[in-house]
Amino acid sequence: MTHPTAASSHVPGVGHVVPIRTLLGVLATLLVLTIATVAITLFDLGSFNIVLALTIAFVKGALVLLYFMHLRWDRPFHAIVIVSAVLFVTLFIGVALLDTLQYHPDVIPGYAPALKR
Amino acid sequence: MSSSKTTVGAEQRAAPQADARDDYLRHSRGILSWIFTLDHKRIGVLYLVSILSAFFLGGTFAVLLRTELIGPGKTIVDPDTYNQFFTLHGAVMIFLFIIPGIPAALGNFTLPLMLGAKDVAFPRLNLLSWWLWITGALLSVASILIGAIDTGWTFYTPYSTTTAQKGVLPIVIGVFILGFSSIFTGLNFIVTVHKLRPKGMTWFRMPLFLWAIYSTAVIQVLATPVLGITVALLAAERLMGIGIFDAGLGGDPVLFQHFFWFYSHPAVYIMILPAMGVISEVIAVFSRKHIFGYRFIAMSSVAIAILSFLVWGHHMFTSMSPLANTLFSALTFSVSIPSAIKVFNWLATMYKGTIQLRTPMLYALAFIFLFTIGGLTGLFLGMLAVDVHLHDTYFVVAHFHYVMFGGTVMAFLAGLHYWWPKMTGKMYSELAGRWGFWLVFVGFQVTFFIQFIMGSRGMPRRYYDYLPEFQIYHQISSIGSYLTAVGFFVVAGCLARSLVRGVPAPANPWGANSLEWWTPSPPPHDNFAETPEADDPYDFSKWTLDPGTGGYVRS
Repeated sequence: MTHPTAASSHVPGVGHVVPIRTLLGVLATLLVLTIATVAITLFDLGSFNIVLALTIAFVKGALVLLYFMHLRWDRPFHAIVIVSAVLFVTLFIGVALLDTLQYHPDVIPGYAPALKR
Repeated sequence: MSSSKTTVGAEQRAAPQADARDDYLRHSRGILSWIFTLDHKRIGVLYLVSILSAFFLGGTFAVLLRTELIGPGKTIVDPDTYNQFFTLHGAVMIFLFIIPGIPAALGNFTLPLMLGAKDVAFPRLNLLSWWLWITGALLSVASILIGAIDTGWTFYTPYSTTTAQKGVLPIVIGVFILGFSSIFTGLNFIVTVHKLRPKGMTWFRMPLFLWAIYSTAVIQVLATPVLGITVALLAAERLMGIGIFDAGLGGDPVLFQHFFWFYSHPAVYIMILPAMGVISEVIAVFSRKHIFGYRFIAMSSVAIAILSFLVWGHHMFTSMSPLANTLFSALTFSVSIPSAIKVFNWLATMYKGTIQLRTPMLYALAFIFLFTIGGLTGLFLGMLAVDVHLHDTYFVVAHFHYVMFGGTVMAFLAGLHYWWPKMTGKMYSELAGRWGFWLVFVGFQVTFFIQFIMGSRGMPRRYYDYLPEFQIYHQISSIGSYLTAVGFFVVAGCLARSLVRGVPAPANPWGANSLEWWTPSPPPHDNFAETPEADDPYDFSKWTLDPGTGGYVRS
């Protein structure tokens, strides 16, 4: 349920309102994180690059959901909806990768008829 | 509570007069008042006309391809055209008819009425959904003219990325748009069920059709975006040569199958769940008995919706790794539990009931019979060792036609005959209705039962030609398809005749107690003069037959 807090308030007829200051703060954080995503590509950290990039992307996505989409102040039910959507993505990617990784050793390297165009 | 019931009772006894004053069919005139209507009942009728046109088109392809197979070698068309026939039969039937069929046509009409509401939560979104269907359908039909696809309705890569047919892109874009039509319908129904339930209708007092439609809507909203992503990736690969599914470009063709079935298996339940909802209504009403195991039927709909996301791999047993196969085989068997719960509860509902074999009930009984055959043969296919032999044979074709045609189409016809008096305000001839039923039922059995035998003896599906020993099976199957087609013309004739010559329908011709029967047939533009108060939808004891009007009245 919506409760008026220091960082937000519920305005009748308009809905939930987040202060401009908070929104700008989130925007600035997102921009900094975008720069960080580009910056870390300048360093070769091996497979750790992808881990960092995905972590930053996760944090950015979470910020958008929590503040821009008001989930932080929303009913817990809507959080369940979002989390279940994420679970479905995890399920799909998880099982598809499980399958691919297991049959990968059977693939003959370099053997793939090219597209005939 | 009792006062509002008396009001509604009095109103429905005065139904003939109310008809003349205001009903949704005559509320406003002209083609524009229909194609831009926001009335859920008119949108339901628009959808009904649209999907029946698609059904006719898909059925035409079915009869054509069965005719080609009546003799070995070339009969009427060359192999390439035959490939296009079975592809278009599948694509049109799946994407244009069976997915929107029950939810968008019958559901749109009945859902707000069953809730005692004036309309769905978002009437404009509802209209947009129909227009998106029309756009998607036009693109799909245009693809036939540009160069009909021959990939099979599943658009498997590399067929769909390397085929010379130019129709792939338009139909893929069409399917993308049809997906949004489906999402909008689902979204609308979820919000409507959450927000517009009337006083007295708790979650466990909803008619079971609403539980089924609600579970379907959850799948539509969750799964359909994946179809959008899949066809978008396919278009990207075909247009720009980006390697996603093509091994030559570093992609993986099996990934396409994962993507496609992650949507399309849940989509199988988008097709069958609303059908099960129709059957729950029809069986109870025509057994004149309270539905048995209400909560079990309701919860099994939700269980099916969840489990539907965990079994997509059983379409890929011959292309996946052993570990994934084992997992999916085990999970697949779990789906049979909630389906069986429903079937046993329907049978228990009929037990010691006063069964009335009216046309909708005949279709409902056919559903139970045929769906059970379809479901049990699914267990053969879910078993890995057996599936290796039966994969891509006519056994699979027969199995899914028993589920989709024997199940969903029979339930659609049950629902169509059940709600027809409410939708049109006319009664159809019971005799003609039964003739139509028997022709469709027998025609279906002749067409598809033989395919189980043909498939288990090794006849592969989708083949243009076959060995001489399979000819007798193919001939019987083709003759069955003609019989089915005749049956459908009888059904169409019966319903069309009722529009012209049918006697006016009473408000409640079947003695049901869900709220759509509390208002006149056809309903007024606003559905209800005042919002009714719901009670148990399966308590038929308060309705008695009035011999004068042929309908039931509340006593």
